[in-house]
Formats: sequence, C-alpha cells, structure tokens
Amino acid sequence: MSPRGIAAALAAILLAMPCGAAAAERLVVSLSHHRVLVTSSFAGTEVVLFGSIERDPATPARRGYDAVVTVTGPRDTERVRRKERMFGVWVNAQARSFIDVPSYLYVLSDRPLEAIADNETRRRLQIGFDNFLLPQRIGTDIGDVVRDDPFRVAFLDLKQEHGLYREADNAVTLLTPTLFRADIPLPSNAPFGTYEVDIKLFADGALAARATTALEVIKVGFEQLVADTARDHGFWYGLALAFLALLTGWFASVVFSRD
Amino acid sequence: MQIYLPIADLPVNIFLILAMGLAVGFISGMFGIGGGFLMTPLLIFIGVTPGVAVASVASHIAASSCSGAISYWRRKAIDPSLLLILLAGGVIGTAVGVWLFTMLRALDQLDFVIALSYLTLLSLVGALMVSESIRSIARTRVGKPMILRRPGSHAWFHGLPLKFRFKRSMIYVSAIPVWVIGFIIGFVGAIMGIGGGFLLVPMLIYLLRVPTATVVGTSMMLTMVTMASATVMHAVTNHLVDAVLAMILMVGGVIGAQFGARAGHRLSGEWLRLLLGILVLAVGLRFAYQLVLSPGDLYSLRIEETAR
Repeated sequence: MSPRGIAAALAAILLAMPCGAAAAERLVVSLSHHRVLVTSSFAGTEVVLFGSIERDPATPARRGYDAVVTVTGPRDTERVRRKERMFGVWVNAQARSFIDVPSYLYVLSDRPLEAIADNETRRRLQIGFDNFLLPQRIGTDIGDVVRDDPFRVAFLDLKQEHGLYREADNAVTLLTPTLFRADIPLPSNAPFGTYEVDIKLFADGALAARATTALEVIKVGFEQLVADTARDHGFWYGLALAFLALLTGWFASVVFSRD
Repeated sequence: MQIYLPIADLPVNIFLILAMGLAVGFISGMFGIGGGFLMTPLLIFIGVTPGVAVASVASHIAASSCSGAISYWRRKAIDPSLLLILLAGGVIGTAVGVWLFTMLRALDQLDFVIALSYLTLLSLVGALMVSESIRSIARTRVGKPMILRRPGSHAWFHGLPLKFRFKRSMIYVSAIPVWVIGFIIGFVGAIMGIGGGFLLVPMLIYLLRVPTATVVGTSMMLTMVTMASATVMHAVTNHLVDAVLAMILMVGGVIGAQFGARAGHRLSGEWLRLLLGILVLAVGLRFAYQLVLSPGDLYSLRIEETAR
C-alpha cells in the first residue's frame, strides 16, 4: 500500500464529505495498487481495496455496515447488433449504440444488493446493473431504457461473457465491524485507462458515507507499441508491414533458391 | 505458447498460427496461388473478426507472392507492359474495395458481406474447376488427347479501342479489358482478403489468351503489388491490420510454400486442378453452412469509439 494512495484517498474523502454531517461516519480507503502494468504475459490480476470506517463519539449506534464498491473503467461507445433471418440467411439487422458507457463495470458488495438498501435508494444511487445508467442512442435522443429492454439485456450479457462486467455480492469482506476489504479483479482483457472506484457505505439501509479513489491500467511492452502505432500512425505502420512482407518473401527466395 | 494479438485483441497459440501459415503456404506453393481464400476463413474460424482477418492476410499474401514473383522475374516469365496496365486497374480497384470495406463496417454488414462473397465466389469457381478437371481427366482416360483450345474467334471486347501489343505475351488486345480485370482483382482482394490468383489466372488465359509462359509470373507480381498496397490502405483507413498475426503467418507461409512447390511438381495438372477445386468448393460450402445455421448468440458487440 502506497502512502500516496492513502493520502489521495483521504483528500478525496475530505472533499466528498457532506456539509454538516458531523454525526456521520468517515470512510478511509486505500488500494493495494494505483497502477497496474499490463505486459504481453498479463493474465489478469486483483487489486485489493481496504476501507476503514471512522466513527466519532457523536455517531449513533449502528446494527452493522454494508459496503458497495462500484468500479467503472474508461468509457466508450459500444454497438450491439442483432442478427435476424432474412431470405434464409442470418444478417445483422438491428443495432443500438450505447453512448459513453463504462468498458468495465464491477459492482462488489458484502451481501446481495437487495438486502443492503431498498429499491428507491438503489435507484437514486445507481447501484447495481439494474440501476446503472446505460444511455442508448434512440433516433436522435439519448437516454436509458427500461431494465428488460432486449438490447440492454444483451449488452449486459455480452459484457459479462467477456468478463468485463460483473456483480459480485461476496467480494467485500468485513474483517472487523469497522474494517472491510474488497478484491477488485482485473481480467486479462481489461481496457487501459483510468478506473474510478466509488465506495458507498450503508448503515441500516441508508447511505452513511461515500469515498472515491482511482486506479490506472497501463499496457506496456511490444504489443502495446504495435497497437498504439497502428492507431496513431496507420500509414507508416502499413508501409512498414508491407515492406517487411516483401522482405520476407525476398529472403525466402534467397534462402531456398537452388540456382 | 500463448501470445496476445494486439489488434485482433485475442490470445492465441503461436504454434497454431505458425502451423496454419505452413499448411496454407504448402497449399499455395503446390498450386501456385496466394492462399488468401484459405487463410482468411481459417482465421475467421479460430475467432479473429473477419475485418482483422481480411486486413492482416493481405500482407501475408504479399510476402508469399513476393518470393514466387522474384523467381519468375529472374526467368523473365513476367510481361511488364501487361503487368503495368493490370496494376493501374488493380490499385484503383483495391482503393475502391477498401473504401467499401470501411462503409460496410460502419453499417454492421461487413461480416455478412465477407461471408456471402466467399460463399458465392468460392462455390462458383470451385464447382467450375471440379467439373472442368473431371472432364479433362476422363478425356485422358479414354485416350483422347486434351484439345488445348485457343480458338481464333473473337469475343466482343476484342473490338474495343486502345489496342496494345504485349510483346512478351505475344498478344494484341485492347488495354480496357486488361484494366478492368486488374480492377476486379484489386476490388475483390481488398474486400475478401484474397490475392485473387485463382481468379486472375483463368481470366488471363481464357479471356485474354495470355500464354502460360507469362501468366503465373505476371499474376504473382500483380498480387504482390495489390496486396502490399491493400496492407497500407487497410492500415490507414481501418486500423485493423494485426502486425504480430501477419508476421507469424508470413514466416510460416513462405517456408510452407517452398515445400508445397516441390510436392506440386509430382502431380499432373488435371489432378492439381481437381484437388484445388474441391478445396475451394469446401471453403465456399463452409460459409454457406455458417450463414444458414442459427447463430448461438443473436447479439454481438462492437466498440464504436474508445474514449482515450
């Protein structure tokens, strides 16, 4: 655990502190890593989050705490296509774009979300897949749709299949009544960029404290160089590869020529 | 050994890709073709998206046709003037093909069009090759010698203007059909990720009556240039060219091609054409199967833009 991480987490908490909430809890959080380096042999990793619940004498007695950790990866626009049978063959017929949605979304908690807070609270705080805003472009409008919209369901399913979205109600452990730990898994295909970690503390079904922190996934190494070059310098990348292809062919003709 | 393909975004076994390169290289050396029509589908079947497969295979074909083209060049089995006019059409055809590729991708229809083009083109060409070679094998069995048809009758395009004498090929035809053939090959190649040798050689022989002495070398040279330019154009417009994938394929391909070329000498022309025809037909039917079969998941996901 880096001291800088703790300091940053502390600063964030101080900024996020609700005004005049003298009686409320304070949440101090820290991540085991703030930077995850992805190399070519990266097979996924876990970042551990520790959270400490600070109480002062004025804080009312609580029956117990629950923590919900929402981790959102860099946002992008993704398109879900649906195949339909047309003249006997399967064609992508309909498509919807999801605008500025997290490429990675993990919702970690210590208990099932329904047990932590009621529907209204969860909806207001956007807790869980059902309540997270996933805006779609519908015609000229942008907005979220009903929970059981087939495209929204398909989007969540596909993202979960890719290991990029997950709801885990056993990923947060309360080590002591005021100390908890959460394991944030980062799969091998985790998109690179900044991940926001939002921690909400619940006491008796109501939000008691909130903290945010962030971590960064950076891809390094040869593969990343290739991907960056392909995106940023397409022409030179293509030219280099074409040249390399001709060189390979020439080399083979020299090596294998019998005359 | 697992490696990560940076553009395809897929972990693959490096030896599987190398083996695919070797196998396709062997076949391409044996039949004197680029092998793109086999490589692109193979990549699609192992999970590479059709777009990345088509764009990356282009450089693989450029490499394998380059080694062939060099040896034909040394033997002076290439017609430079014929090549230049074919190229003029080929490069423009490639550019139009890459443009259409980009359009189709934006419309979510790229995968479908690639599959459909494979289905139609390969089934058609495969069926033609199989029937033609069976007939010629039957003829030799009966004892009648194969009649090498080079009839003097002129097709309609022989009346076109801009007549040009291609010295090394010893033909005298209009430059327009030559340019059009080049354009078609470039266009089809850019969309389907094939060099087009298996289309170009019959076209040159049957339509333009280019003698066999120069046809294969000229075809390989054209394939090399159109595929090298397709690599650059796909890299500029779609950023779908996976250099790591392409490099492994190239290495396997050029080695396999050398062994394939030696094996090819042991088979007679008709049998080679029959085998190739069956292979082409099989790949075409595989695409038909895929298009008609109910997909496991109706929905698929594509990242439109990344906020980086």
